[in-house]
Amino acid sequence: MGQITLNQVTKSFGDVQVIPPLDLEINEGEFVVFVGPSGCGKSTLLRLIAGLEDTTSGDISIDGKNATELPPAKRGLAMVFQSYALYPHMSVRKNIAFPMRMAGLDEATQKTKIEAAAKALNLTDYLDRKPGQLSGGQRQRVAIGRAIVREPAAFLFDEPLSNLDAALRVGMRLEISELHKKLETTMIYVTHDQVEAMTMADKIVVLQAGVIEQVGSPLELYHSPRNKFVAGFIGSPKMNLIEGPEAAKHDATTIGIRPEHMTVSKTEGAWKGRVGVAEHLGSDTFIHVHDTGLMDMMTVRITGDIEATHGDTIYLTPMADQMHRFDAQGLRI
Amino acid sequence: MARAITTKQKVIWTALAWAFGLLMFFPIMWTFLTSFKTEGTAIADPPVWFFFDWTLENYTAVQERSNYPKALMNSIIIAVGSTLLGILIAVPAAWSMAFVPGKRTKDVLLWMLSTKMLPAVGVLYPLVLLAKWLGVMDSRALLIVVLMLINLPIIVWMLYTYFKEIPGEILEASRMDGASLRSEILYVLTPMALPGIASTILLNIILAWNEAFWTILLTTVDAAPLTAFIASFSAPEGLFYAKLSAASMMAIAPILIMGWFSQKQLVRGLTFGAVK
Repeated sequence: MGQITLNQVTKSFGDVQVIPPLDLEINEGEFVVFVGPSGCGKSTLLRLIAGLEDTTSGDISIDGKNATELPPAKRGLAMVFQSYALYPHMSVRKNIAFPMRMAGLDEATQKTKIEAAAKALNLTDYLDRKPGQLSGGQRQRVAIGRAIVREPAAFLFDEPLSNLDAALRVGMRLEISELHKKLETTMIYVTHDQVEAMTMADKIVVLQAGVIEQVGSPLELYHSPRNKFVAGFIGSPKMNLIEGPEAAKHDATTIGIRPEHMTVSKTEGAWKGRVGVAEHLGSDTFIHVHDTGLMDMMTVRITGDIEATHGDTIYLTPMADQMHRFDAQGLRI
Repeated sequence: MARAITTKQKVIWTALAWAFGLLMFFPIMWTFLTSFKTEGTAIADPPVWFFFDWTLENYTAVQERSNYPKALMNSIIIAVGSTLLGILIAVPAAWSMAFVPGKRTKDVLLWMLSTKMLPAVGVLYPLVLLAKWLGVMDSRALLIVVLMLINLPIIVWMLYTYFKEIPGEILEASRMDGASLRSEILYVLTPMALPGIASTILLNIILAWNEAFWTILLTTVDAAPLTAFIASFSAPEGLFYAKLSAASMMAIAPILIMGWFSQKQLVRGLTFGAVK
C-alpha cells in the first residue's frame, strides 16, 4: 500500500501554469520530501496528490488505481496541515475520532484506536481538552494522531513544523522520522527547510517553479547535484559558486565548492581573502570571507574553534576532489 | 501612544451620548407612558408626563377587542419560521460562495443585495395575484415564504461574512478525514460558525417580527400577526392613542425582551463580522 504515480500532471490557475507536465514515482513505504523555495509549487503538488486541487491534465494513480477524479475522502490518504487544522469545537478525543466516525467504525474500535494513538503520541492526559488549550507541539501531535487512526495508504505533511519554535522542531522532526520507521507507511513531506529534507528523507524531490530539478537520496543530492540550483539549495551553509577565470581554469563556467570542503591557513593557500564575520558555533566555525576577487562573499566551515578576527588576511584552499563543475547551462559536467 | 482625553471632553461626550440615547429611546418611552393613560389624558395639551392616574384599562380593552394570543402566535411562527427556512437555504449558498468562489461570486452577492433596494410595492401586484391564484392568501405559509425571500439576501450576506472568517484548511482537513459535503457542513462548519449563525437568526427574527408592509397587506384574519394587530387600532373609528399605545407595547414587548437577553449576539450580528 502507498505507491503513488504522477503521470504528465499539470496544474494551471487561470492562465498561469504553476506545474508544467510532471512525472513522479513514489514507492511504497518511502519517505519523500518535496523541497524548494517558497512559490515553487511544492504545496500545490501535495494538494494535487491529496485531491484538494484538481489536476488540469494528467493522471494520478494510488496503488495502481487511477485516482485523478476521486475526491480527497476517497483517496485513502491522510494529511497534516501547517496550521494543524484541528476542529476547534471538538475535544482532542473527538478530533482523533473524527475520521473513524466518518468511516462508520463502531465505538469500541474507535476507543481502542484513540487510546493507542494517544499513548504513542503522549496525549493521554490531554484527550478531554480542546485544541485551544494545547501548545503548538501538542496540537501537531493531535493532527498526527488524527492522521494515524485512518491507517492511510500514505501520509501527506504540508510544512507541519514551520509554526513551531526551533527546539520543538528538532524534536518533532525526530518523532515523525521514528513514526515512519515504525509504521513503514509512505510519507510525503513538504518543506522549504533543506535541513528537514536532508535529515528525514529517503528521497528528496527538489522543485523550482513547478519543475523537478532533481530526485535522489539526500547524499546523492549533496555529492552530485545535477545543476547549479540544486547545488546551491542543498547543503548548509550554501555552496560557494564561483564564475569567471577561476572557473575557466577548471574547464567550467561555474565551479562550486562547499564551505566544509576548504582548508584554511593564515600564511598560504590558493585563494587570499579578508575575514568578515566569524560565526562561532562551538562545534564548528563559519567564516565569511571577503575580497577574494572570486565572488562577493565566500563561506568556509571549519570543524572546531578557530581564532579569526575581523579584517585578518586568510588563505583558502579547496579540496580538488570535492569540487563541482557546471557548464554554461548550469548543468553538472 | 494613547490618546489624551481630558475630563472635560469626557463629560461632553458622555452627555452627548446620553442625549442621543434618550432621543432614540423617547418614542418608546412615550408609547409606554401613553399606554397607561386614559384616552383623554393621552391627547391632553400640554402633554402630561408622569403625574396622571395610571390605568390598565387600555390593556384590558385591547384584549377584549381583539385576539392578542392568536396574533402573538402568528408573529412567532412567521418570524421564526421564515428565519429558519432562510437559514436552511442560506447555509449551503454562503458555504459555496465563501469556500468555492467562482468568477461571478462577488457579482451574485451584489445582485442579491440590490434586490433589497427594490421598493416592495413594486412586486405587490404580481405577488398578490400569485398568492390568490395559489389560494394561499392570509396563510402563515405564504408569509413565511415571502418574509424569507425578503430577508434571504441579508441572511446569505451575514453567513457569508462569518464563513469567510473560518480557515479553509479546517474544512479541507475534514475532507481528508473522509467527510462528505453534508458531514462537512453539519459537523465542522456549522458548529464553528454557531455564534455567527445565532446572531444571524436573532437579527432576522427581529427583522421579520417588525416587517409591516407584507404582513399587513397579505393577511386579514387567520394569519394576521402583531403588526396587523397594531394597525387594526389605528384606523376605522379615528385614533385612540392610548389603546394604540397599549397594543404597540404588547406587540413589541416579546421582541424587546428577547433583544435584551441577546444583546451580545446582536451587536456581533449588526457589526457584520467587521470586528473580529
